[in-house]
Amino acid sequence: MSKLIYLDNAATTSVRPEVFEAMKPYYLENYSNPSSVYSFAGEAKKAMEDARKVIADSLGAAATEIYFTGGGSESDNWVLKGVAEAYRAKGKHIITSKIEHHAILHTCEYLEKHGYEITYLDVDENGLVTPEEVEKAIRPDTILISIMFANNEIGTIEPIAEIGKVAHEHGVLFHTDAVQAYAHVPINVQEMNIDMLSASGHKFHGPKGIGFLYMSNKVKIGPLIHGGSQERSRRAGTHNVPGIVGMAKAAWLAHAKMDETIAKETALRDHLIGRLEKEIPYCRLNGDRVKRLPNNVNFCFRFIEGESLLILLDQNGICASSGSACTSGSLDPSHVLLAIGLPHEIAHGSLRLTLSEDNTMEEMDFVADQAKKIVERLRSMSPLYDDFVKQQKKQ
Amino acid sequence: MNYSEKVMDHFNNPRNVGEIENASGVGTVGNAKCGDIMRIYLDIDEDTKIVKDCKFKTFGCGAAVATSSMATELVKGKTIYEALEVTNKAVMEALDGLPPVKVHCSLLAEEAIHAALWDYAEKNHITIEGLKKPKTDISDED
Repeated sequence: MSKLIYLDNAATTSVRPEVFEAMKPYYLENYSNPSSVYSFAGEAKKAMEDARKVIADSLGAAATEIYFTGGGSESDNWVLKGVAEAYRAKGKHIITSKIEHHAILHTCEYLEKHGYEITYLDVDENGLVTPEEVEKAIRPDTILISIMFANNEIGTIEPIAEIGKVAHEHGVLFHTDAVQAYAHVPINVQEMNIDMLSASGHKFHGPKGIGFLYMSNKVKIGPLIHGGSQERSRRAGTHNVPGIVGMAKAAWLAHAKMDETIAKETALRDHLIGRLEKEIPYCRLNGDRVKRLPNNVNFCFRFIEGESLLILLDQNGICASSGSACTSGSLDPSHVLLAIGLPHEIAHGSLRLTLSEDNTMEEMDFVADQAKKIVERLRSMSPLYDDFVKQQKKQ
Repeated sequence: MNYSEKVMDHFNNPRNVGEIENASGVGTVGNAKCGDIMRIYLDIDEDTKIVKDCKFKTFGCGAAVATSSMATELVKGKTIYEALEVTNKAVMEALDGLPPVKVHCSLLAEEAIHAALWDYAEKNHITIEGLKKPKTDISDED
């Protein structure tokens, strides 16, 4: 096998060596529990508060508005369940979209079982939610609008500032799941009218098992995890100090050279998209071409199935993912691809490649070459392609 | 991917991919909506009723390709009556097993053989004892 080409950075990323080094002392030397009284705990506590400040600054927020959690899913669960409970006197209606991550969608389904009403907004063929549609869905009993910053599968970046504006005009809280966007594209919670924002450390070269929730001081919700008085009594559990320090280090590194990273990733992305589109017939780029994460490439190749494609890419050292049913563990392909209007059989042939700044143009060319060969090979075995070609000949 | 070596071998080097012109019987099963379609072609000797050749084309996952490939191998050289006995269990065993979520692929392979035999029986106006009209068809799509 050739060398590994990792193109699944939307699933997780490598931990930067600087991040790992920053974390080490908080395992080996300053291993104290920052909630302890003795002076030995002071250093861990200071490191944690410095980390909180770094993250707050990166968003234009106050340090008191950053709550450390176990990751993106916990942050999403906390927002939905917390707002549902705290604001139920106002109403039991929540607005979200059909293309959210399962951490949002499955939590919404849970709330539906408990008497809440959820509006799942449609998206257009590129996966965009419009502020107008959001506004139309708002009712007097709407307590929360939760729209993802950028989609994890197709990379579409939503008009967050505009949606936030609509939410605020109607006095409704606005949350965004920014797990794929934070530390990848600029975010300012003030300018973008965001009341709550979920993020996860391991999506931007930080450690796994740590994330945060930005929550504006105006939002008053109770804890999801009950117990000790950590995080101003809103999130119990001994602080994951190494994780917090590592996540902040990763966030700092990402923000320090964000423009450069975006430029590099965009160039790689557009080169790969260009080659795949040009060289593989009957394909479709999924997601918005412009309002798109700099590291996301997502295609459907007609007449083939995603898992087969992934196995063959894997055999060439390429790590990728797909929205096919076989990779989702159900009979249905990705809900995101169905929501943008793709028929099942086309959605089964999807391929997601998510880059990082560590990738190179040579890798993009290698991937394009391999993808072309593999798609041809699978099509030569596909009865759907057969039928299509025969149909074409008849016409 | 939790596939056995045999499954990977049949996925990487599928046996009998292709089609047979003027095949004695062709069966297509599965449905694009679920992500698997198998088409099996049989070339059957009119006198001996032996499957002289068998080819397939499959749209589907690794397991779908491997089960199609193995099914064609198992059917080749057998009489149509013996071919009918090639069950999904036999295909799975020959592949050293399949992950639980992929068992339906082996059922599809069995059905594809049955569908091809059914086509053959219909074309030749004969009845093959024990052969029922195949259930799934791609025209089921909604």
